[in-house]
Amino acid sequence: MPALMPIEQSHNPGSHSSARGLAIHCKNVTKSFSAGGTSIKALRGIDLDVKLGELAMLVGPSGCGKTTLISVVAGILDRDEGECLVFDQDFSKMSGRQKTRFRGQTVGFVFQQFNLLPALTAAQNIAVPLLINGVSHSAAVKVAKEMLDRVGLGDRSESLPRQLSGGQQQRVAIARAMVHKPRLIVCDEPTSALDHETGHVVMRLLKNVALDHDRALVIVTHDARIFGFADRVFKMDDGRIVDVIANPSSLMSPADQQH
Amino acid sequence: MGMNLVAILMLVGDRLKYVALVAGLAFATLLITQQGSILVGMADQTGAFIRDTGQADLWVMDPEVEFSEDGKALQDTALFRVRGVEGVEWAVPIYKNWLKAQLPDGRKLNMIVVGIDDATLVGGPPMMVEGQLDDLRADKAVFIDARDADTKLLLTRGRFKDNPQPLRMGDRLAVNDFDLRVAGTMKLSRSFFWDPVVYTTYSRALAFAPPERRLMSFVLVKVKSGTDIAETARSITEATGLQALTGKQFEKLTMTYILEKTGILVNFGLAVGMGFVIGLLVAAQTLYAFTLDNLKQYGALKAMGAGNGTLIRMMAVQVLIVALLGYGLGLGITVLIGKLIVATDLAFLMTWHIPVVGGVAILIICLCAGAASIAKVLRLEPAIVFKS
Repeated sequence: MPALMPIEQSHNPGSHSSARGLAIHCKNVTKSFSAGGTSIKALRGIDLDVKLGELAMLVGPSGCGKTTLISVVAGILDRDEGECLVFDQDFSKMSGRQKTRFRGQTVGFVFQQFNLLPALTAAQNIAVPLLINGVSHSAAVKVAKEMLDRVGLGDRSESLPRQLSGGQQQRVAIARAMVHKPRLIVCDEPTSALDHETGHVVMRLLKNVALDHDRALVIVTHDARIFGFADRVFKMDDGRIVDVIANPSSLMSPADQQH
Repeated sequence: MGMNLVAILMLVGDRLKYVALVAGLAFATLLITQQGSILVGMADQTGAFIRDTGQADLWVMDPEVEFSEDGKALQDTALFRVRGVEGVEWAVPIYKNWLKAQLPDGRKLNMIVVGIDDATLVGGPPMMVEGQLDDLRADKAVFIDARDADTKLLLTRGRFKDNPQPLRMGDRLAVNDFDLRVAGTMKLSRSFFWDPVVYTTYSRALAFAPPERRLMSFVLVKVKSGTDIAETARSITEATGLQALTGKQFEKLTMTYILEKTGILVNFGLAVGMGFVIGLLVAAQTLYAFTLDNLKQYGALKAMGAGNGTLIRMMAVQVLIVALLGYGLGLGITVLIGKLIVATDLAFLMTWHIPVVGGVAILIICLCAGAASIAKVLRLEPAIVFKS
C-alpha cells in the first residue's frame, strides 16, 4: 500500500498537545445552532483531553452535546469559540480542502447505523477510505481483505452488507475505520443496534485491535453495559462535561463486569 | 478506477432506479431522434421531384409559385423569351399537374401528370425499371412508378377482386378520359406527395389536360458552360419577370412552404420538445431520488475524507453512464425503426445531425438533472452521518 500523503503543516506541528501525549486537547469549546430564529447552545465551554492510547467514552442524556462534540473533534463541524487541537492540528486554521484531507488520513469513523455502501461487498466497503486517499483499487481491496481477517470475517469478503448480521456489519465498519491506519477513531453508538453479546465482541475488537499506543478512540454511547471498556468516561449534560470517571468498570453491573 | 468504480457500483446496485434512469433517457432519445428523423425525411421528400429532374441548372416559374406542385401556368411565349436570354444553352418546357384518372379495374383517382419535352425528353425519370426513355415517344405512352404499380395502382376491383394485380406494362388507363398505355416503369424518389405519378410527353400531357390547365408549368434551363448560374438567373428574371431558381433553391422554397403551411414543423417540434421534457423530468426525478436515498452514504464518504471534487466526479460518472446507455439504447431503437420503415413509403432520414442533436439534448438533460443532485450533495453537511 502506498504511503498516504501528509497533511500540509499550516501551523506549528510540535505544539503542546502531542508533547504532553495528548491526542485531543479541547479548551473552552462552544458551539451553537440556530433553529427557527432561536440559538441553541450545544456546547457551553468544553474542556477535554484525550491521551494517546486512550479509549474515552462520552456519555449523557440525549441532546447533551455528545454528537456535536465528536463532530467538532473529528473536524466535520466547526466550533464557534475555544481551542481544539487533534494531534497538534487546529481545524480552524485549515482550509476546507485541508480539513477533508486531514479527516481522510487521520480520522476513522464508526457509525451507529454502520453506513456501509449497500452495493459494495464487505471488502470493497473496507477499501473505501484507501480509495479516497488515492490507493489503487486492487491494492486497496488486498489490504481490506487482510483487515477483514483481523476482525474475524475473512470468509465474508465478497458478502454484501445485506447478507451480513448487524454484528458482522459493525465489524466491517470497524475494519473500514481502521484500514487506513487513522490515529483517531470516533464511534457513534457503535453497540446500540447490537445485542448484548455482539456488543461486547465489537467493543473487544475496538479495544484490542483498533487501539494502539499512538492512537485514540472516542466513543459516544448510551450503552452502560460497555462502560467498562473505557479508560475514562466523560459524563456530559447540557453542553458541558460534568464528571470524569477514571474507573468506569464501577459503572457496570456485576453481570457485565463478569462478561 | 478507485472511487469511480464505487460510483458505478452504487449506481447499478440500485437496480430499479438505474433501469428507470436508462429507460427514461432511452425514451427521450428515441422520441427526439425518431421524430427528428421523420421530420428530416419528410422535408427531404418534398424535394424529390426536383432532384429527380436533375439535368437542368435552373427552374423558371411564375413569381408567385411557392412549392414544386404549385405549377402556376406560364404562357408559351415565356419559353421563347427564356431561350433568348444571354447565357442560356437550352430551355425546355415541363408540365406538372394533378389530373383525374381511371384504372382498368374502374377505380378513379388523382394522378400527378408530368409532361416532358417531346424532342429532347429532358426532365425524364432518373431511372427506368422496364422499357427505355425513348418508349415515351410511342403513341399513348405513359410511364408509371414501379413502386406505385404494386401499391397505389394495384388493381383490386371487378375481375381483379379475387386476384389483385399490379398495373403492368401494356395495361391501359385513362387520364381525363384519354386512353393511354403503360409503356415503361420507372424508379422515382419517394415523394412527400402521395398521389401516383405518370410521365408522358409535354404535347400529350397538354392534349389530355382540361382546357384551363393546358399551359406550361415550368421552364427547365441549362446554362452555357462557363457562365455563372446565379447571374443567368438574374438575367432571366430581368428579361421575363419570371422567377428563376436553382434546384437547391427550389427545393428549399418547397420544403419551407410545406413545413410551415402544413404545421408539420410545429407538430414535430412539439414531439421533440416533449421527448426532451419527459427525459428531463424522468431523469431529474429519478436521479434526485437516487441521491436522496444515498444521502447518508454521501455524507459518510464526506466524513471519511472524500472532497467535493471526488463526489462531483462520482456523480458525473453515474450520470455519464446512464446517459451513454440511454442514448445508445434510444438511438439503437431509432435505427431499428428506420430499418423497418425503409421498405415503406414512410418518411425517415437520419442525417448525421440527428444523433448529434439527440446527444446534445441528452447531455443537457443529464446536466440539468445532475445539477440539482450535485448541489444537494455539495450542500450536505457530513455531520448528517451522526443523525440516526
